Amino acid sequence: MAEIRAEMVANVWKVVAAEGDQVEDGATLVILESMKMEIPVLAEAPGTITKLAVAEGDVVQEGDLIATID
Amino acid sequence: MFESVLVANRGEIARRVIATARRMGIASVAVYSEADAELPYVAEADQAVPIGPAPPADSYLDIGAVLAAARKTGAQAVHPGYGFLAENPEFAARVAADGLTWVGPPPLAMAQMGDKINARNLMAQAGVPVAAGTASPVTDADDAAAQARRIGYPVMVKAAAGGGGIGMSAAAGEPELRAAFDTARSRAERFFGSPAILLERYIARARHVEIQILGLNDGRILTLGERDCSVQRRHQKVAEETPSPGVSAALRDRMLQAAVRAGEAVGYRGAGTVECLVDTEAEDFVFLEMNTRLQVEHPVTEMVTGIDLVEQQFLVAAGEMVSFDPASVRYLGHALELRVYAEDPRRFLPSPGTIMEWAEPSGEGIRVDAGYQAGNKVTPFYDPLLAKLCAHGATRAEALSRARDAVASFRITGLKTNLPFHAELLDSGEFASGSYDTSVVARLRP
Repeated sequence: MAEIRAEMVANVWKVVAAEGDQVEDGATLVILESMKMEIPVLAEAPGTITKLAVAEGDVVQEGDLIATID
Repeated sequence: MFESVLVANRGEIARRVIATARRMGIASVAVYSEADAELPYVAEADQAVPIGPAPPADSYLDIGAVLAAARKTGAQAVHPGYGFLAENPEFAARVAADGLTWVGPPPLAMAQMGDKINARNLMAQAGVPVAAGTASPVTDADDAAAQARRIGYPVMVKAAAGGGGIGMSAAAGEPELRAAFDTARSRAERFFGSPAILLERYIARARHVEIQILGLNDGRILTLGERDCSVQRRHQKVAEETPSPGVSAALRDRMLQAAVRAGEAVGYRGAGTVECLVDTEAEDFVFLEMNTRLQVEHPVTEMVTGIDLVEQQFLVAAGEMVSFDPASVRYLGHALELRVYAEDPRRFLPSPGTIMEWAEPSGEGIRVDAGYQAGNKVTPFYDPLLAKLCAHGATRAEALSRARDAVASFRITGLKTNLPFHAELLDSGEFASGSYDTSVVARLRP
């Protein structure tokens, strides 16, 4: 199981994947936005998204859980 | 001269404009979002008005809120700084319609230069060299591919209404081009509200060199030298210097003349910048775009000329003559600007946070234009610029040496900054030699 966490304070601009999706290693899960920059959050291993913890418009803090992949 | 000015901006540039206003005896009005109430510029202005929540669309980009603040305080003029509404012709027109003085160029000149496709066509007509490219908006990926075959790869894909490097990318072949086109179009719609895309021939080994112009009320266009802005990451500037170490006297003369033609073609007034790409191998240049406002990196020009560009903006906007004799401008020494960003120095990812300690360097030839101080929170809502660290010296070597000492003594804690990157840049053989191009950062971060 892999937990994907936010690397910085950011706004969740787009949620690209959904719970239950099968994803490849490196697939884009969500796109964060901070300081006028878009930051894609990527899957770090192939698997199934068992939890997607953010929604568009959310503010995430550094270390917050974004998704769990099994 | 007007007696008061509202500064429709935030951070370091608001503070910098307020400082010149104060020196000239003009009262200043700051506007601020909920995120910025504690920043130094709010305290330093004579009056400050809250204009809305943190997201730019609800505050700094809200024309109605900004104009309401001007009415409420009785401000007589509006200075837009850079970014936000600075290049929005509708804002300029509404400022004037409210009976206020717009500290900027005529709205028509802004509109003509704001659309990059129109600007390219206009410049070509005026005899300013432009890169091979598209003369009308590219409509879809197939059209892009056909145009790119005609222009020749590699090509640069850009938003016609864009700026700040957002949505720009280079493509070496058709698959890359199709991906770049889709990305550019979605960003163009999102950030600039227009899906129009243009393609231009990409110059691999290029320097980004810009000319400072100043349009006078009698129609004359003055030039105030060039700035080399080739140190970029993600097509955004990180460090600038003047004079450019990569431009010969003959090439500089041609560029200055082209910048005058560019300004004349749109009846320019006030401070503006003509950006060019210099092909270092061919010793030639092409027009890139014109920024119809004060440029972030204007301090390096001020340091070598001794001319306060914001003061000239105020004078021209008030219908007056500039404060210096255009025939006897002298360029003394060399100046360098380092943009201190709230970002990690390895991957350049944003690093918002709270500033614990803030100790600026000082000394001969050192100027710091800062937007923050200790205790301030740096939020994710705005660009990552914390401060501009500028160093001036009699020679380039002296300016670099002063910059190295200043970087080493600039203390900011509580969040990550790119100061360690600047230390590396100044020590790198490529930058120190002066013989670098727009890929210098990529080579330092392979």
